[in-house]
Amino acid sequence: MAAKPRGSLLTSAIVQDAGIAEGRLQSRARRRRQLGKLPSIIGTLPMIVVAVGVFVIGLSFTVVLSFTSSKLFPTFNFVGWYQYERLWATARWVESVKHIWFYGAGQIGLSLVLGFLLAVFMDQRIRGEDTFRTIFLYPFALSAIITGLVWQLMLDPIWGLQAAVRSWGWTDFKFAPLASGETALIGMIVASTWNGVGVTMAILLAGLRGVDSEIWNATRVDGIPRWRTYLWIVLPMMRGTVATAVILLLVGVVRTFDIVIAMTGGGPGISTQMPATYVIDSINARNVGHGMAAATCMLLPILALILLQVAFRARANRRATAR
Amino acid sequence: MSVAAMAVEPAGPKPGKLTAGRIGIYAFLVVSALFFLLPLAVMILTSMKPMDEIHNGNIFALPQHPTFDYWVKAWSSACTGRDCYGLSPGFFNSVKITVLAVPASIALAMINGYALCFWRYRGSEFLFTVLVFGAFVPYQVLVYPIIYALSRVGLFGTLPGIVIVHTIFGMPILTLIFRNFFASLPVELFKAARVDGAGFWGIFVRIMLPMSLPITVVAVILQVTGIWNDFLFGLVFAGHDNLPMTVQLNNIVRTSTGTVEYSTNMAATILTGLVPLVVYFVSGKWFVRGIAAGAVKG
Repeated sequence: MAAKPRGSLLTSAIVQDAGIAEGRLQSRARRRRQLGKLPSIIGTLPMIVVAVGVFVIGLSFTVVLSFTSSKLFPTFNFVGWYQYERLWATARWVESVKHIWFYGAGQIGLSLVLGFLLAVFMDQRIRGEDTFRTIFLYPFALSAIITGLVWQLMLDPIWGLQAAVRSWGWTDFKFAPLASGETALIGMIVASTWNGVGVTMAILLAGLRGVDSEIWNATRVDGIPRWRTYLWIVLPMMRGTVATAVILLLVGVVRTFDIVIAMTGGGPGISTQMPATYVIDSINARNVGHGMAAATCMLLPILALILLQVAFRARANRRATAR
Repeated sequence: MSVAAMAVEPAGPKPGKLTAGRIGIYAFLVVSALFFLLPLAVMILTSMKPMDEIHNGNIFALPQHPTFDYWVKAWSSACTGRDCYGLSPGFFNSVKITVLAVPASIALAMINGYALCFWRYRGSEFLFTVLVFGAFVPYQVLVYPIIYALSRVGLFGTLPGIVIVHTIFGMPILTLIFRNFFASLPVELFKAARVDGAGFWGIFVRIMLPMSLPITVVAVILQVTGIWNDFLFGLVFAGHDNLPMTVQLNNIVRTSTGTVEYSTNMAATILTGLVPLVVYFVSGKWFVRGIAAGAVKG
């Protein structure tokens, strides 16, 4: 690097304006530091390609195509909101959206309640905690396809649970939700909760153990029953953990695809179709513009979630600085 | 939430003697455990009894004449469409995909995490933010752009294609895990190596790589089970000759003609779940740690 002319330039700059000189000095140092970081940039090239190429350009590609009349191959014949208008006029899509709300509320609600109950019971200094944990978590190691296939058999009206209980003498026992379009989603909620509730339990249990144990002495002195302590004192104290569990469940719900294919194939009728199956089917039906409109709509709840998180963090930061 | 929190002692109130309440606690846990174990039992029992036993008994009945014939059939001769080779081709495809995609995705994520911790450059934090947001994006939203890009370079429907896809979608969460791990190491370690004149790769290979063994085990478990269990990417990107086991399993089940042959279907289901189950039971607490590490998002 040619130091001498720059040095003299620097000297004159000091005379002129110390502020500008400071800036130049910093920018030169920064440039040199940037140069030393070249191996880092080269090493993370794949990350740059994935972050920019896939998550920025790829996502934009999806959004742009949703405004075109693309069939099998992308064309840039823009048609405005046409695909969206047609999408929301299509019964199968509107039904899919309703399904995902019902399924999502059911699965997240059931997972949270059951997961919290399991976590609380696991937290009672029980014997064999590791064994119970192993049992509650093993379904999560299995794929959604396996979960779907097993529960399809379990809920089969002729061979499954219903027939078994009836053969034991309870002859009017009824639990075969997959047989009817009105209840099929309930069967899917049961199966996916079986698969994933262990994770919710593990997260909430970690949260429970992060709560100050002094709470127990304090509430005992005050004579507050245990269950109320859990519900009204401990639970609010572990808001962050609950939020983590909900976000994980939510991201999983929006993606729901495999279990539909394995369990019901979207039926009976269209009663278990989901936005994700709609997108994939549209691509397979060579109706890409339409499918991308559906995909863009799938992105909206995630976008809302991210914005919410950003707003939440901004508020937390403001509070921290206020203090 | 930290990984360490998982190992902490129970924080709940201290129990007294064996009271009615204690019995209630155990009763709840045992009933729950039964709910979790039943499907596994049904899978195993059904796979070992012939169809007429399934017709005559119920799904929880023990097999009268236990047989592994259906396991053999599911492995080597069950049909998908016109091909009758069973699950075995799918098994070997899944092995191929996993063996290639796990090291690739972990190696890249390790470098990312290391660079994001010790060698930040202008824009690196932005890239990381994009990556973390990417973890939330539903896969289906990105399927078509990736189909298009891969077919432009001739990799759509090939083994390298599916490996690339797994590497892409594994990157957000793995990078996060490794970045958090490297951030927990003392900076002095890095500074001392810098003073000694070691560069980007020197420090990575000689210091960081040997130190990251425990977190790498967690990442391997996460990736092996994740990639083995994947269905969507295998279905869309692997192509006819590389269909993974999960896709093959689904095809076998869907191919059943006439009455559904549950014995073969359940045998195939167990065989497909065997690898992740073995990983789970062998790795035990490491698996839980993987889940915890994956849950630290945001």
